[in-house]
Amino acid sequence: MSALESVLAAMIRTATPLLLAGLGELVTERAGVINIGLEGAVICGALAATVAAPPLGVAGGYLSALVAGAAVGVLMATFVVVLRADQIISGTAVALLGLGLTGALYHDIYGAGGVALTVPTSRSFDIPVLSGVPVLGPALFQQPLMSYMAFLLAPALAWFLYRTHAGLSLRAVGEAPHAARAAGVAVDRFRVGAIIFGSALGGAAGGVLVLAQSGTFAEGMSAGRGFIAIAIVALGRWTPTGVLVASLVFGFATAMQYVVQALGWPLRYELVLTLPYVLTLVALVLAPRGAAPAYLARTD
Amino acid sequence: MMSALYALWAGSFGSWYAFTSGTLVRAVPLMLTGLGVAVAFRAGVFNIGAEGQLLAGAVAATAVGLHGSGMLGPATLPVALVAGALAGAAWAGIAAVLRVRFGVLEVISTLMLNFVAADLVSYLVRGPLQEPLHIYPQSSSIPAIARLPQFGPATRLHWGIVIAVVLVFVVAWELAHTAAGFRVRAVGANPSAAWATGRVPVSRVTTRAFLFSGLLAGLAGAIEVTGVTYALYENLSPGYGFTAIAVAILAGLQPLGVLPSALVFAGLESGATAMQRDAGVPAAWASVVEAGLILAVVGVIALRARARSAAANGGPP
Amino acid sequence: MSDAAAIALIGITKRFGAVTALDRVDFGLRAGRIHALLGENGAGKSTLMGVLFGLTSPDAGVLELNGEAVRWQSPRDAIRAGIGMVQQHFSHVPALTVAENVALGGRGRFDVAQAAAEVTRVGTKAGLAVDPMARVADLSVEAQQRLEIVRALAHGARMLILDEPTAVLAPGEATKLLAWLRRFADDGGAAALVTHKVREALAIADDVTVLRAGRRVATGVVNEFTAESLARAMFPEERETRAAPRANPQPGAMIVSAERLAVRGAPGEPGIVDATFALHAGEIVGVAAVERSGHTALLRALAGLQTPGSGRLALPPEVSFIPGDRHRDALVLDFPLYENLALRHLGTRHGLMRWPAVRARTSRILEQFQVRAASGSSRARSLSGGNQQRFVLARELDAHPTLLVAENPTRGLDLAAAATIHARLLDAAHAGAAVVVYSSDVDEVLELAHRILVVHNGVVREVPVTRELVARAMVGAA
Repeated sequence: MSALESVLAAMIRTATPLLLAGLGELVTERAGVINIGLEGAVICGALAATVAAPPLGVAGGYLSALVAGAAVGVLMATFVVVLRADQIISGTAVALLGLGLTGALYHDIYGAGGVALTVPTSRSFDIPVLSGVPVLGPALFQQPLMSYMAFLLAPALAWFLYRTHAGLSLRAVGEAPHAARAAGVAVDRFRVGAIIFGSALGGAAGGVLVLAQSGTFAEGMSAGRGFIAIAIVALGRWTPTGVLVASLVFGFATAMQYVVQALGWPLRYELVLTLPYVLTLVALVLAPRGAAPAYLARTD
Repeated sequence: MMSALYALWAGSFGSWYAFTSGTLVRAVPLMLTGLGVAVAFRAGVFNIGAEGQLLAGAVAATAVGLHGSGMLGPATLPVALVAGALAGAAWAGIAAVLRVRFGVLEVISTLMLNFVAADLVSYLVRGPLQEPLHIYPQSSSIPAIARLPQFGPATRLHWGIVIAVVLVFVVAWELAHTAAGFRVRAVGANPSAAWATGRVPVSRVTTRAFLFSGLLAGLAGAIEVTGVTYALYENLSPGYGFTAIAVAILAGLQPLGVLPSALVFAGLESGATAMQRDAGVPAAWASVVEAGLILAVVGVIALRARARSAAANGGPP
Repeated sequence: MSDAAAIALIGITKRFGAVTALDRVDFGLRAGRIHALLGENGAGKSTLMGVLFGLTSPDAGVLELNGEAVRWQSPRDAIRAGIGMVQQHFSHVPALTVAENVALGGRGRFDVAQAAAEVTRVGTKAGLAVDPMARVADLSVEAQQRLEIVRALAHGARMLILDEPTAVLAPGEATKLLAWLRRFADDGGAAALVTHKVREALAIADDVTVLRAGRRVATGVVNEFTAESLARAMFPEERETRAAPRANPQPGAMIVSAERLAVRGAPGEPGIVDATFALHAGEIVGVAAVERSGHTALLRALAGLQTPGSGRLALPPEVSFIPGDRHRDALVLDFPLYENLALRHLGTRHGLMRWPAVRARTSRILEQFQVRAASGSSRARSLSGGNQQRFVLARELDAHPTLLVAENPTRGLDLAAAATIHARLLDAAHAGAAVVVYSSDVDEVLELAHRILVVHNGVVREVPVTRELVARAMVGAA
């Protein structure tokens, strides 16, 4: 593979879990909830995939990851929607809980040292014809099935948000919950649903880390991807297309890191890694308030 | 089970050595960052960037310690501490400016600045601040003159604890008895009422509280470098900046509450390490307990608020 | 029944805790007729309409739809029965378009084009023009109200409840709305018009019902009433009439001078331009304006809370401000009263709070201004609305301001509480302060003011103190 091919391939690979988590967080934030606990969902998804894939196969692994993420979402929703607790504090606690619980369970299940796990991983699925296109083909069309699904999810969510009544209601909930309630929208149900959906996608992102990338579990392997998802949603200006582009930007920065290291460019890759965050901060400055849902992070 | 609990106790409060060299040493950064988070939250600023601010402070203190001692002599240590505190404030200042000038949610900006700070530390310990042999991703050790003295040969406890405890009392007193402290409480409780009296410059108060909380986190980083690690490296902080949120919440956002609260979390984390070593129980359970504590506190607060609003809903709208 | 009511509320009783908000009240709507519901603030009008629309469930009484007993679980049931309500505080989503707001609450696929076409169809049929693709946040208040009506009609409403619809409109716009309402009824619709404006009821309604303190005190066909009889029904005791000193006998020293003053408005709100005026000691200057005219920016600038964009504004050193929304802008509800006092009078020495002095001062003003509170340590939340406002006023007046700016100072208060607030404002003027009063109720401004400044479209103009001239100036018709 050429350098360009490998950058593109690495970009797609690293962007996939970020895109899944980012789209999940997008839906949650559109309902007015900022889910810092998403990090907990990602790591729980990763452990669930690790545990379930050996007996159940890759599909079973993904399914377990989704369910584990959703379970974290249920906890978050209980505090944020049912109890009306502060979103930021609850989210921090849920993230901490997920990270701690997976670390502890991993030790308890696989022993103190952690066994060198062999988890079945998803093979890449070559799309006929397209995968043969030079440069782009191997990079874009020889990916695991989950990558394609993640990238198809973005237009699907755009359709949901702008072309269905449920999507309209969801957007209204994040902008003006009282008005939405007056219009007959079951605000709390949408919030709960959005948190659980977002967390389930976070869990799926964790599943991708294990089943499509590392093939094993490590404590804290989510490595802040749940938090990065929040940055991605901001950089993507709270739209599905924007989130897709933003996750590619983050993926590209990570991919550049490998290239910079491999080619020995006189550029420190650690600095490259900061670029997407700086870009996000710039984007937030350029699109103040207007883009973010008006009720984001507020408890009525 | 019992052996695990025993190990937890022994490793945290069970012996003088464990208490001073384990728990108290860990409690120092938690007190300072927890205090900073408490002040920020009281002012209505959701600063979840204590981790990044702590790293900024650690970087500044390391730089001063490594390069300033020749010129500064015995002044190196105080200058390093002040530089660390200012660097933390400056790091928080970025998010403060974004909030006040551009309306950017500080939750998002501070979260991102944490990543930037961590990446910058990674860069520095492989670049400008790397030890001269260029083998390990860390800085050289700072000279003895730049280090915080310890309480004796038998303990790792250093004078940072005194700074932290004194600051806790100072801030508690400030909030209760000074105009600046009262303004912070008023702005946090109802910014528009504070503004409409025309006597409280709200965004200035918010910005100051934000900077002050960064200052405390930066100082925590400087104290960690000059009192414990003596060098800069990645993962210098095992997430003190995040545990700080738990510390502040368990303290009920009361400065004095930060003291016992920081001890609880420091003891838990310090004991958990011992528990894993001596009883084979994963240290990660400590995080689970921490999370459970925050959720319990948050849940109780939320239930109380519900009860109050239910009681208040006696009249027509 | 030949003349069957489309919907009837019979013997409705509603209690909130110890307060009886509605006491065996009857009310009904019939096709082709407008039924005005009159009453002072707090008379129970909104609660009764809440029962009619399914927002509030009554403790006793029945609803009859075409003679059959019905029960609303939620507004959804009322909407399904053909009832629509335009709330006083609009409930739409500013960030969404008109079409999206109308479609909100539906199920299944959402087709933008179809939703827009539906809005246009309903709007055209009803004679209410709205741009379906406009973002609601960008619309004028009047257009937002049209949207609310169109939405109710799109949901199939044949019976409309309009809660104080003219309160947010300029007089000309109000006339247009009422004319539309007449046509709506003439085409077979039914309407409830909630208002506290007697003239409006007499001009437009077919039937009138008056509520007072939760009871129905008068009802009948409109020509049975006169303005005097309705006013008597609404206000039992003669309203405290004050020989308003129309021209302040001795205008005192100049306190405020503004020259070619321009102030920027808050986001989405207009500011003011090129304002020149002076305020003097001892006079009460009323500010009259319809919503979003720029008066908010003017009041904020006078209160010293907003720096002028250009021009000159000379303010005295001691300015006090009574914000319109006391829960949001005047009090920290969870702070004790003495800390709320400290918001205004820090009482510091070398940056230190002198709490004993602050507490003593709190006790003194509670007594002096007759604020009913257990003690200075009571939480602001525990006081009644009237006492909260008395406390806010006391706090501000205790500074002996040379300029007092009050925004809707009696909003939400009962008559007795409002009267004491008015008396305090007069006292302040007598004591030599310049007092600026804005009220969304023009009659309150007319009652209090020696002089009146009208703000329209950001232009500030002095107008003689007569209702007609002020009303015309408010819409720029003079």
